[in-house]
Amino acid sequence: MSEKKTKRRDFLFTATTAVGAVGAAAVVWPMIDQMNPDASVKALASTEVDVSALTPGNTLTVLWRGKPVFIRRRTQEEIDEARKVNMEDLIHPEKDEDRAKNPEWLVMLGVCTHLGCVPLNDKGDYNGWFCPCHGSHYDTSGRIRKGPAPLNMEVPKYEFVNANTIKIG
Amino acid sequence: MSDHDYRPKSKVGQWFNDRLPLLTLANHLTDYPTPKNLNYWWTFGGILTFCLITQIVTGLTLAMHYIAHADMAFESVEHIMRDVNYGWLIRYIHANGASMFFLAVYIHIFRSLFYGSYKSPREIIWILGIIIYLLMMAAAFMGYVLPWGQMSFWGATVITNLFSAIPLVGEGIVTWLWGGYSVDNPTLTRFFTLHYLIPFLILGLVVLHIWALHVPGNNNPVGIDIKKPSKDTVPFHPYIVIKDGFALLMFMIVFAFFVFYAPNILGHADNYIEANPMVTPAHIVPEWYLLPFYAILRSVPDKLLGVVAMLSAILILAVLPWLDTSKIRSAVFRPLYKQFYWILVADVLILGYVGAMPAEGLYLLIARVATAYYFLHFLVILPVLGFKEKTLPVPLSITEPVLGGSPNLAAARNKESKIE
Repeated sequence: MSEKKTKRRDFLFTATTAVGAVGAAAVVWPMIDQMNPDASVKALASTEVDVSALTPGNTLTVLWRGKPVFIRRRTQEEIDEARKVNMEDLIHPEKDEDRAKNPEWLVMLGVCTHLGCVPLNDKGDYNGWFCPCHGSHYDTSGRIRKGPAPLNMEVPKYEFVNANTIKIG
Repeated sequence: MSDHDYRPKSKVGQWFNDRLPLLTLANHLTDYPTPKNLNYWWTFGGILTFCLITQIVTGLTLAMHYIAHADMAFESVEHIMRDVNYGWLIRYIHANGASMFFLAVYIHIFRSLFYGSYKSPREIIWILGIIIYLLMMAAAFMGYVLPWGQMSFWGATVITNLFSAIPLVGEGIVTWLWGGYSVDNPTLTRFFTLHYLIPFLILGLVVLHIWALHVPGNNNPVGIDIKKPSKDTVPFHPYIVIKDGFALLMFMIVFAFFVFYAPNILGHADNYIEANPMVTPAHIVPEWYLLPFYAILRSVPDKLLGVVAMLSAILILAVLPWLDTSKIRSAVFRPLYKQFYWILVADVLILGYVGAMPAEGLYLLIARVATAYYFLHFLVILPVLGFKEKTLPVPLSITEPVLGGSPNLAAARNKESKIE
């Protein structure tokens, strides 16, 4: 068999395999994607919360996308404590000003960044939150200060729709 | 099986193969000597394997979203169709996949009937196939119940009521099947469980089916025994793999046509109405692949005998290897059988047609004649034909009809007949 003919066969073989691989991937993708959040789950992506009843020094816990969200109306004391912290003392340095645009209101996912437990309010060495699962301490800004968690509690996307209503998501 | 002396080339391969001879199995499957004259009717075994795997994979994914509860099943199916990513695609593949599965299995069965593949020494392959076919019907029927539409509910009611025809214990059995006094939530949850189980039973039987096939090897269009490996065979890989693959592609085009262009054409619109135990739809019709048996059921004017006739129509296939008395396998060399074969094909198609029509007037008469002929074919024509039919001379080998006038042919044939 001549050199040329071998090349033609090789081309056909490669082209067939390539087309087959694309086809197989196109068939496999729906089987994988069906496990992603479906339209009915995505439709629940935002939640509106009435916070008018919340007094300073208290926390409201609401469910958003199946996870608890802490809405803390902080006292002036707590705000001051959070704002005077030296950045170098933080495991995951973030300014309180960035985490709470409106200093009175701290909104964050109530999920420990270690392995996903829900930390307890007003507990721990830093007057913030304490995770009972593996002993992570969070301060009054929800920042990790001590324990195995690597990151501060996450601040979700939210906005004040009006003075009394927060829209999360 | 001839190739048990296989040794892997690598040291690791040998070490592994000595402990678990998977590589020997793989080698057997690739080198498996296959008759070189297999035509495209032989590609449906591979196509059916594809169908089974497709049903299992799509079924597993559907089961992640489906809720087997009388109050939620219908809604969860609509949720799959509207909300779940590609849910519409997966469900349409699964629903039409059932039809494609039966289309392929009917071709596979009728190929066997034409070429006498059920005859000695392949009776066990054939009987395993009939059991697989029965399980397929059970799985398809229970799967059709799961969407909990009107056809689901009333189909379940009618089919389970077949058992009430059994004298004395019939009613008790039906109550037991239902888990209550009508088709309801307990029926749905057990049907879901069994619908999930049966495909894996089928998978196990398919392994046995193929194992039993690999003992004598494939039958072939000429229907004669071949020595293997010999000039009459080719290795399974790459020859049959490529041929099966090409046929599978053609089959997938048909499959895709239904899924993408006519996904509901084989279903029934009434099944998009949620189950209502107070109202029966005007026409209760099973899925197309069960219609011939449905026609047989309705053609007998007695409840018990109707059920007996329908079941017999399927089970009679299991004893076919002993009803067909002819020693010649392939219809190619059986001029009379070939004609009766095509009459049987027409008969089954007619039964399927009248099964979809109302059971009255001319349709009922046709159904009765066709039912009688169906049994006549298996119980009278086939046994008698084996003795009466003048068969054509069978070639000595697969290669002979191609190469033709070999000088030794006449002598060889004489020798052969003397041995007999």
